[in-house]
Amino acid sequence: MVKKTKSLNLNFGPQHPAAHGVLRLILELDGEVVEKADPHIGLLHRGTEKLIEQKTYTQALPYFDRLDYVAPMNQEHAFALAAEKLLNIEVPIRAKYIRVIFCEIGRILSHILNVTTQALDVGALTPSLWGFEERETLMTFYERASGSRLHANYFRTGGVHQDIPLKLVEDIEKFCKSFPKIIDDLEGLLTENRIFKQRNVEIGLVKKQEALDYSFSGVMLRGSGVPWDLRRSQPYEIYQELDFKIPVGKNGDCYDRYLCRIEEMRESVKIILQCIEKLPKGPVKSIDGKISPPNRDDLKQSMEALIHHFKLFTEGYRVPKGDVYTAVEAPKGEFGVYLISDGSNKPYRCKIRAPGFSHLQAMDYLIRGHMLADVPAVLGSLDIVFGEVDR
Amino acid sequence: MIKNLDKLEKFINSELSSKVKNSLVKNEELLIEISPEDLIDVVQFLKSSEKCKFRQLIDIAGVDYPDEEKRFQLVYLFLSHEYNLRIKLSLRFEINQTIISLTKIFPSANWMEREVFDMYGIKFKNHPDLRRILTDYGFKGHPLRKDFPLTGFNEVRYSEKEKKVIYEPVKLEQNYRNFDFESPWEGTKYSKQLNNIEKDGKKN
Repeated sequence: MVKKTKSLNLNFGPQHPAAHGVLRLILELDGEVVEKADPHIGLLHRGTEKLIEQKTYTQALPYFDRLDYVAPMNQEHAFALAAEKLLNIEVPIRAKYIRVIFCEIGRILSHILNVTTQALDVGALTPSLWGFEERETLMTFYERASGSRLHANYFRTGGVHQDIPLKLVEDIEKFCKSFPKIIDDLEGLLTENRIFKQRNVEIGLVKKQEALDYSFSGVMLRGSGVPWDLRRSQPYEIYQELDFKIPVGKNGDCYDRYLCRIEEMRESVKIILQCIEKLPKGPVKSIDGKISPPNRDDLKQSMEALIHHFKLFTEGYRVPKGDVYTAVEAPKGEFGVYLISDGSNKPYRCKIRAPGFSHLQAMDYLIRGHMLADVPAVLGSLDIVFGEVDR
Repeated sequence: MIKNLDKLEKFINSELSSKVKNSLVKNEELLIEISPEDLIDVVQFLKSSEKCKFRQLIDIAGVDYPDEEKRFQLVYLFLSHEYNLRIKLSLRFEINQTIISLTKIFPSANWMEREVFDMYGIKFKNHPDLRRILTDYGFKGHPLRKDFPLTGFNEVRYSEKEKKVIYEPVKLEQNYRNFDFESPWEGTKYSKQLNNIEKDGKKN
């Protein structure tokens, strides 16, 4: 005789420490096995796209910090590139280098957070204590360049807001020399750790085809063995001149994705060191007075500078008609901005393509048939940040 | 890269000549305009054709043009890993038209279409689960339409009296101000309006 069992509905979140934010997951369970997962998102929806339509291009930029708040400058980068492409302006070479340095710092910031919290989700406390100390150092670099630790608002259309202090470059270099040792320490705690491997190997498997079908990008795609990185395949800024490797996974499970992230951190350190070595001198923002605000000193002397300053901070600059899609390799995957301009000083439409949105969508596919305890492990390896999923 | 795009444009124009309404290479990007009825055929072709292999749907963006007859636009962004190419498909249609869902071809279209439905109220045929996704449970209206006010209609707060979160019409201490900086040198409009009011007043 077969005993009939009723499946159990479980409400996971919206306030759950392992949900990495405000995710409400409705799970259908058969015993401890997950039969279906229905993620409810939007609890952090702030209407970013609607707000951007009401703001000038300069005012729209800070909203991007608030999307993936773990690696703010990578998001700004996508928007700055989109506006530059429409305006058809050239960014000074020094600004390009500074941008790349800070994007890679952002990548390390994001990967430290993800690797350590993923470990936390499966029961290891120490990595997060060690990792967060490094994040603190990196955020100090953010602060010294832009004035704020998190919401930097540092990139501008045509360059970056201001030049970095001299001593900062030295300190970043010092950090890059010491940081690989920290990665080794983290790896010592996790990579061959029996419990960590038991919880991650062969969990949340994604095959190549599925990774493509579900619009995966970044580590989620590379973990499944697709060698695809926008920094290499569609290079922007100066990535084509830099020497770095792209780690690719083999099995497409949570453990491979963890390994990819660790390796990417090492590569990022290499990229930063190369940039510091090559860092040229020169201006850090476009010299076009119709787009970049004038120097503070000029304001007192030059009438033209004063007019430009006034016009830029009231009206802003106008962007030629057209639509453009630019994507950057953000730490979480392909972060894209689809920008439509109607020729005025405000974007007509700004669609933000967040990598986490597609990744979370596949939650049902990833978790089906796994145990309830695997839910946090899979969620951790997806690298979800709700700022960008909900927008 | 640009050379490849031109080639791709020619290839698509020759293969799908009856379906392509317009094609354009601008800003190093290829935009193909098609009509909504041909969507499935074109996407199937782009995905399966050996010469382009657009295997990944990157995003679906809705756009609202309230003054035009064909009010909505959908832009589908595709990526081909093998040929390192991107393409944009654009559809224009009227307000009540339903669009065929792509979920059969690309599973990832599921949430993207839900988002478009949520934000613009565009309906998709054959979509397995067309619910709202980003807005609140029980939300009314479609926020990204241009006629939806930025401040919205309802606000929520925790009511100490009722011991629960309640919805109320938006009350602003100060009206939302939208300055028109684009034409500050053409003189203010309100002086003309004032004159008109004075004239009207005299008439009465």
